[in-house]
Amino acid sequence: MDWDIVNEAIPAIFAALPVTIALVSVSLFFGFFLAVTVALCRLSPYAALNKPAYVFVYIFRSTPLLIQMFLIYYGSGQFRDELDAIGLWQFFKDPWFCAILSLTLNTGAYTSEIIRGGIQSVAIGLIEAGKACGMSTVQLFRRITFPLAMRQALPGYGNEVILMVKSTSLASTITIMDMTGVYKEIASDHFSPFEPIIVAGSFYLILNYIVTLAISRAEKKFAIHAH
Amino acid sequence: MDLTILSWGASGWGDEFFYATLITISVATCSFAFGIVLAAGAATMKLSNYRVLRMLANGYTTVVRGIPELLIIYLIFYGGNSILMSIAKDVFNYHQYIELPIFMMGVLCIGLSSGAYSTEVIRGAVLAVPIGTIEAAKAIGMNTSTRFRRILLPQVARFALPGLGNVWQLTLKETSLISVIGLAEIVRIAQIGAGSEKEPFTFFLAGLILFLILASLSDRGYISLERWANRGVRRA
Repeated sequence: MDWDIVNEAIPAIFAALPVTIALVSVSLFFGFFLAVTVALCRLSPYAALNKPAYVFVYIFRSTPLLIQMFLIYYGSGQFRDELDAIGLWQFFKDPWFCAILSLTLNTGAYTSEIIRGGIQSVAIGLIEAGKACGMSTVQLFRRITFPLAMRQALPGYGNEVILMVKSTSLASTITIMDMTGVYKEIASDHFSPFEPIIVAGSFYLILNYIVTLAISRAEKKFAIHAH
Repeated sequence: MDLTILSWGASGWGDEFFYATLITISVATCSFAFGIVLAAGAATMKLSNYRVLRMLANGYTTVVRGIPELLIIYLIFYGGNSILMSIAKDVFNYHQYIELPIFMMGVLCIGLSSGAYSTEVIRGAVLAVPIGTIEAAKAIGMNTSTRFRRILLPQVARFALPGLGNVWQLTLKETSLISVIGLAEIVRIAQIGAGSEKEPFTFFLAGLILFLILASLSDRGYISLERWANRGVRRA
């Protein structure tokens, strides 16, 4: 155990912690809206909505995130002139944009299935009761279906957040210096993978522990109170 | 997009992709199998009466499921050989240079991670076995190994099957990460092809489609496997 490397790794990897947190939070934020939209499309009776949603979810859930990221970041280069012509190349040449886009699409697909399960678990009687009170479709969704679905989906969503924290490490393969990117740099500079992995691994574990705590708090807060 | 570069033969990448797909399947199969072996051990430890064993197994699943697979891969890639050599030196007094084949490194990394997920599945399946069936087996005088083979194992296998199906899909996708250490699986070949033909979109799309095919084949295989495992089970 070389303490010099540990002492060098702690501040360096800690400095990359905001990068990891930024990747996670931005893609979870956009991914959530995408997921709700996709889940509603999948539950819609119209084939024009539910078929594309099914295909989107199937593709993004059954292929590796790494190849999705490469397809967006490196693959977009093949259409450089076309993208330039419509003013999109400035986004696709940026690894941050591509990392967040692929993470968002990926988490959107996974989360939409979690939310769909939540929506389907809402008891039919509650929806009928809402209708009987004269609620409109939007009111019904906002006041009855959505809150109940969210409570049901919370544990599954917690797992998804942890998977996302781990998935952001793939951004290091498209040149973003997140915690894994910095780990790799230190490990290969010193030919010593053990000391920095203890540091990087601990940071990831702490981050995921905080996520677990936050989700279980939220679960308690939204739990059904027995009177 | 020029699709002739994906044709079979010396000028195209079709055959390279075919062999890469076979490598992906082999890495996934070996890692999954290795993971099941690890998981059987870790699940037994988690269910044991000894605190130390339970803590060890919990440590394994918590750490492996809490840190990115990529970190584990870099650790084994940069550090695996030196661990192996120091073991060889201390235990077997062997001083030559040793290098793990890259395929084995890949199986080790993906298997470790796959095993952590399988552990939870197998633990849940063991807990789902009705205690009465075990008691009945004891009552008619079966010894521990017969009981394990005839009563516990068939039921655990049936209960674990849906969860293990998910772990298989996860393992299949995780093999893509091995491309960062250079094993010639689908993503790696797509990268090489993309670099030399200057058509990255075509190549990564081809890789993506291969993974889609593998996933849908797995879905089908898994449905028939489940039907086979549940034969003779009454459905509600």
